[in-house]
Amino acid sequence: MQPFTRITSIAVPLDRANVDTDQIIPKQFLKRIERTGYGEFLFFDWRYELDVPDSVMPNPEFVMNAPQYKGAEILLAGKNFGCGSSREHAAWALSDYGFRAVIAPTFADIFFSNAGKNGIVLARLTDDEVNTLMQRAQTPGYEITVDLEAQTVTDAQGFKARFEIDPFRKECLLNGLDDIGLTLRHGEALDKFEAKHDNEFWSAPKTATA
Amino acid sequence: MPQTMFEKVWNNHLVASPEGEPPLIYIDLQLVHEVTSPQAFDGLRLAGRKLRRPDRHIATVDHNVPTTSAEDRLHILDQTSAAQVNALRKNCKEFGIEFFDVQDASQGIVHMIGPELGATKPGMTIVCGDSHTSTHGAFGALAFGIGTSEVEHVMATQTLPQSKPKTFRITVDGTLPYGVTAKDIILHIIGLIGTDGATGYAVEYAGSAIRALSMEGRMTICNMSIEAGARAGMIAPDETTFAYLMGRRFSPTGKAWDEALAHWKSLPSDEGAVFDRELHIDAAEITPTVSWGTSPGMVTSIEGKVPSPDDATNEIDRKGYERALEYMGLKAGTPIEQINIDRVFLGSCTNGRIEDLRAAAQIVKGRHVASTVSAMVVPGSQAVKRQAEEEGLDKIFKDAGFEWREPGCSMCLGMNPDILSPGERCASTSNRNFEGRQGRGGRTHLVSPQMAAAAAIAGHFTDVRNWPNYGGKN
Repeated sequence: MQPFTRITSIAVPLDRANVDTDQIIPKQFLKRIERTGYGEFLFFDWRYELDVPDSVMPNPEFVMNAPQYKGAEILLAGKNFGCGSSREHAAWALSDYGFRAVIAPTFADIFFSNAGKNGIVLARLTDDEVNTLMQRAQTPGYEITVDLEAQTVTDAQGFKARFEIDPFRKECLLNGLDDIGLTLRHGEALDKFEAKHDNEFWSAPKTATA
Repeated sequence: MPQTMFEKVWNNHLVASPEGEPPLIYIDLQLVHEVTSPQAFDGLRLAGRKLRRPDRHIATVDHNVPTTSAEDRLHILDQTSAAQVNALRKNCKEFGIEFFDVQDASQGIVHMIGPELGATKPGMTIVCGDSHTSTHGAFGALAFGIGTSEVEHVMATQTLPQSKPKTFRITVDGTLPYGVTAKDIILHIIGLIGTDGATGYAVEYAGSAIRALSMEGRMTICNMSIEAGARAGMIAPDETTFAYLMGRRFSPTGKAWDEALAHWKSLPSDEGAVFDRELHIDAAEITPTVSWGTSPGMVTSIEGKVPSPDDATNEIDRKGYERALEYMGLKAGTPIEQINIDRVFLGSCTNGRIEDLRAAAQIVKGRHVASTVSAMVVPGSQAVKRQAEEEGLDKIFKDAGFEWREPGCSMCLGMNPDILSPGERCASTSNRNFEGRQGRGGRTHLVSPQMAAAAAIAGHFTDVRNWPNYGGKN
């Protein structure tokens, strides 16, 4: 996983609350077998004109399609972002599109966990703070800085807000540590546990014979 | 100090409790299916990691497979579905996982085959990239659904870092009234506590009404724990559990059985064990239950009426009721028995077991599906299908006008071709009535197999307790 320390980027102001994972990545794309390539399907139903048969035309009304937001790595959104289904495809789609951080007042639990496992920083700011950023992000070229080390969100106009994050999750994101890598640090304890556990007949999924 | 069953199972699997990190727990069995696994296998390959314990993995195909015929299953027309199924075949071969392919005698919904094979056993930790993994808790296992990164984590390490959930005991005492089933118990519970009522908890179902249930009924209850937000649902193993496990393909034998049995008997919560939360329910209060809205907590009795937004106790619920009534095309105050249906789906990991099919067959025997209704039976597994055919249940259903299908998840989630058309109303024995769950614009009502069968015949919901010649066997 790509380490996250500090990014400065333009930000897409997606001014909607309760954005669910079905909207982030609709169910027909769950049949794909890849972990990458979901970026083009991100916000599929909002992003494309679906009533144009046999063609996928960008919907000019959808904020992410405005040329001024091309290349944005930060997404601004309303409360309860990522609610609904547990599909990790939602985090994959955001990451594959290029988003490294999402700023919102609150996030749904499972999405929070899935995002963390994919190197996406979720910064919880107050409603007022998010609104301020949403307004400023209307101006072309406006940039926001997310600093994970300092746990701050800042801009060049003097905006500064602090966000909270679990120290363990912060450490993982800063160092780009994936959970598997972390667990393997406990390899010795695991080997020892497993050696004992394998002799406990009740723990065997397949036929145990003494 | 007295311990709960959950604590015993948790402690038996604690590999490490590192300072400032979530505890690391060992996973005895991971069940694998085609939808949430391909990216996990790819992750292993990219990182050059091995799958640590192939012997602690079992795989099958269920979500995407057509149920129309054996031929259709071997040549899946939907190219993306076919690719996902093929990827699982290839991955299982490459990583050495035992795989029950589409026409294997042991194929079925992943939560059906674990118990049928005897892979699911008391006191184990079981995970799967599917939220209905809670089903396996019926055996006194700690079983929960996970995301794809976690699937990969288990493949690589056979462990998971997990924050410890709190404990919640739901005690259902008394005798279930005539015509009331395990499905009605769990729908009733979710109706009482809400779809986030058990969030953050591992639930233990206890009490005389739970102990009186067969393993099939217990699985139905644990299956829907997730619909109340619970991390897991568990039921203490007892003689019913042991009798179910005896002689199954993956059950221990000889001295190993005796040792395992001794362990299983040590698992039930100790007298005086303290739970973080308790709820008591009188079984006599429960009636045949029907969901009317778009969340599994929106349920009422078959004797009831579609509620009004004015019945909601807060503004958020009120808006939820309004949206649900609009989506479901229902008017507040309509008696549930007057709701006509178009489709019936009998199956899923909630109610696709032999006992469910027997109960439904008893209702439809010698009758015919209403002319306005299209009904299908999708056995949960090949084993259930075989058993039902041996008992002649397939003939009863077919004579009554039901379609008799091949095993799979089917219309529970409609990832395969089995879906509702917009506006169609379905009496379904599945687990989720979310908007669009069974097909875009489709309207799902969750019920027991008996209630679904009776609705198929009547063309509308009807109280199975008044059903002519109904034997009352649940």
